[in-house]
Amino acid sequence: MAGGAASGGSAASDTYKEARHWLLMPSWLVLGFFVFAPVCVMVIYSFLTKEFRGGVIWEPTLAAYDQFFFDRGLFGDSDPTLQWTYIEIFWRSIWQAGLATIMSLLIGFPTAYFIATRPDGTRALWVFLITIPYWVNLLIRTVSMKFLLRDEGPMNDALLNIGLIGEPLQIINTNLAVQLGLFYSYLPFMVLPIYASIERYNFTMSEAAADLYATKFTTLRRIVLPAVKPGVIAGCILVFVPSLGAFLAPDLLGGAKNFMIGSLIEEQFKGNAGNWPFGAAASMILLSMVLVLLLIFAQQQRRAGAAT
Amino acid sequence: MKLLTSSAMALALLANTAAAEGELVIYHWFEYIPAELLEKFTAETGITVTMDTFDSNEAMLASLKAGGMGTYDVAVPTDYMVSIMAGEGLLDTIADGELANKGNIAPEWADPSFDPGRAHSIPYQWGSTSFAVNTDDYDGDINTTDLLFNPPAELSGKINMLDSQGEVLAMASIHMGIPQCSTDRDELQALNDMLQEAKTHWASFNSDTAREVLVSGDVSVGMIFDGFSAKAREDRASITYAFPTQGYVVWMDSVVLLNDAPNRDSAIAFMDFMLEPENIAAVSNYARYGLGVTGAEEYLDPELATLPESNPPETAGEGSFIAVCDEQTQAVYDQIWTNLKN
Amino acid sequence: MSVNTDVKTYTGFRAMTLVCMFILYAPLIVVTAYSFNASESITTWGGWSLRWYVDVFSGPESAKFQQAAVNSFSIAIIAATTATAIATAAATAIVRGGKYRLRTPSLGLITLPIMVPEIVLAVATLIFFNSIGFTRGYMTILVAHIAFCIPFAYLPIQARMQGIEDTFEHAAMDLYATKAQAFRRILFPLMMPGIISGFLLAFIVSLDDFIITNFVKGAGVETLPTAIFGSVKQGLKPNIMAISTMLLSLSVVMVTISYFVSKWDNTK
Repeated sequence: MAGGAASGGSAASDTYKEARHWLLMPSWLVLGFFVFAPVCVMVIYSFLTKEFRGGVIWEPTLAAYDQFFFDRGLFGDSDPTLQWTYIEIFWRSIWQAGLATIMSLLIGFPTAYFIATRPDGTRALWVFLITIPYWVNLLIRTVSMKFLLRDEGPMNDALLNIGLIGEPLQIINTNLAVQLGLFYSYLPFMVLPIYASIERYNFTMSEAAADLYATKFTTLRRIVLPAVKPGVIAGCILVFVPSLGAFLAPDLLGGAKNFMIGSLIEEQFKGNAGNWPFGAAASMILLSMVLVLLLIFAQQQRRAGAAT
Repeated sequence: MKLLTSSAMALALLANTAAAEGELVIYHWFEYIPAELLEKFTAETGITVTMDTFDSNEAMLASLKAGGMGTYDVAVPTDYMVSIMAGEGLLDTIADGELANKGNIAPEWADPSFDPGRAHSIPYQWGSTSFAVNTDDYDGDINTTDLLFNPPAELSGKINMLDSQGEVLAMASIHMGIPQCSTDRDELQALNDMLQEAKTHWASFNSDTAREVLVSGDVSVGMIFDGFSAKAREDRASITYAFPTQGYVVWMDSVVLLNDAPNRDSAIAFMDFMLEPENIAAVSNYARYGLGVTGAEEYLDPELATLPESNPPETAGEGSFIAVCDEQTQAVYDQIWTNLKN
Repeated sequence: MSVNTDVKTYTGFRAMTLVCMFILYAPLIVVTAYSFNASESITTWGGWSLRWYVDVFSGPESAKFQQAAVNSFSIAIIAATTATAIATAAATAIVRGGKYRLRTPSLGLITLPIMVPEIVLAVATLIFFNSIGFTRGYMTILVAHIAFCIPFAYLPIQARMQGIEDTFEHAAMDLYATKAQAFRRILFPLMMPGIISGFLLAFIVSLDDFIITNFVKGAGVETLPTAIFGSVKQGLKPNIMAISTMLLSLSVVMVTISYFVSKWDNTK
């Protein structure tokens, strides 16, 4: 999907060659003014001086990045050492998003495989069933999850009733709850791209492997997985990237106890901290990380495209 | 495109249907004002009210500074935030004689240190911030800040803190017996270390659900405002408000007149309305806090006078307002808060 | 065919699929069920009732939610319509404009809102509006929604256009139709399924957006997600579950429409 979108298709027809600039004008104006320009202004803000309690002073400084990377002690005058606070927050977000991605992959891959091997008629229905929950407001899904996981919630009630556990599981307000929330929020993003590549996979290759006495597991690992790798990578990115910047799940499910990147940034603009340049700098660092990830992905796609 | 633009305009107008007689935009704490009172205001003055809510003073300030000025008429900050906002130049001055009911302000609240002479504000509600304990879960002495910062093993992991820097750090300073805007490095370092240790015992930071988590039994100890605690007790009788011997936080929320208020006249009318004893008493009856207007006693729910949440026992420590620190000192406290929330 | 000899089938994958479906649907089913709960408290079951649906329309919070719904739907309709119009023009230029230098950067710009993490876009938009002195309110939400809806409208339209061979409009022009006529009479009707999918996608994305709206909204202007968030922060209430269930049904209807529209193939 991403490959097709990025190239705009190969069949370049030129029926409307003369009008093309006029046709592009509205999107250039709207996106240039309301997406591209804001991102540029944000870059500028990250190099400005913070105003006490919110806002900026128009004096260039590297203070925001300095605050991010260097620890100058509680009082701001010790010798700078590497700042772990924010690296930890970023690391925690990467770790949480990573675990959520792995969980999605473990559940999502078999699901995608199963759906892709259904007969033609029922396949579309399965895909339809997978997409419906995605259309439900993320906020509502997160709140549902919170309701379900509560100490006295339906899940614990059910488990207590069937006698699987003797005491309610304490899941809410833990890291596990955040991971579950992220996993649940973005699971369809994992299933769909993998499904798309398995659907294109030529199963005669599996048959050939079986004829050569490969076990089923070996076939899956050596033949199927390499062939559907672009789909798996696309799925991982589609789960990982939004999980990285999420703040609903940490806020509602994690008890707002541990900052993640999203909540750290939000706090700079809407919460106690009121440090705009720092919020802009943290956003910039997040954006750069995502862009690097997308570049690697595009590279992979190109290589995969060249190989087949 | 023309059709689109015009339909956009029509819908935008539809979305902001405004009565001709006047509007008022209030920026208010959540769950703090009875809806009937606003209806009464509209009925008396013909002014339609739009209310937006916030859950911490700091969030309100951030939102006002991020393009919110010029859209709200009045806000309801707490004492220390009134002086911060005045210092930031966010408040308009109420001229002498503008408020017909200014004389109703109780003498003890007429000239507070956070707004000398009440130049920008009128008293709204006052109360205290401490914590409440579910005495079904804990039967020891509750009147000590140890329950928040150095809890017994049985309460570990069953504590909710307010998600508010001012209140948490003030309470922590009271617990340690150090001033709120300390510049003593050893004290500050000790405060930081104490909070890091205490955090391992806390379940969550939540202001909005401070009452809900206590009532539902999700936590056994929760930092809370006195009136909120009284309301929690109505739902669960075992919830008891603590007055620690070390001390606790007291506060007064005030209605302030914002600069660039789009409807300044409506704002003044609202302030006069809130200075009527009967009206402000309705807020107290609803929110269970004290008021700062004379002659309101006859309208007050008699039960309010005897609320255990607003009558500290003799053992209670001193109540203190949250202090406003200078920029340099505040930077250290901000750092402590960031470390805490990491 | 038996499970053991079929190279396609793996034992356990069916079970995993069922687990996946269970995880996806369990919270939604629980919320839907509890929205019909007669009890005041969300923790106890008090029998079936429609009282919370009545409450949504006539309860104490009804005015707030109705205003939020009006805002949400008017913003979603205007934003999705505008974004779809812009995206249709852009897709024509990209798919039918030949090869040219601005093509790749244009595509990059159009897909930018889905590449940038939502929180970053929210921060950037807030800072931008603030720096140009745009007062936050209904219009800031609308403008931000139009911008980030464009790629969602664009992708299905582009996908559809790529599937339409240019022989259709060339045949029309051979019969002396002008390019504009060929577009209006031939290409546009053929693109319709893509345009409808694009519109619906943009509509839902706008209706669902919380993060960006929360950053750019002004005094007292709430959309459904921000109103719901403000309400659930103080604890999940049954009327919120009723609203959620109604939104869920609406989403299901919209996805169902888009599902059938996408299967509608009028090029044959």
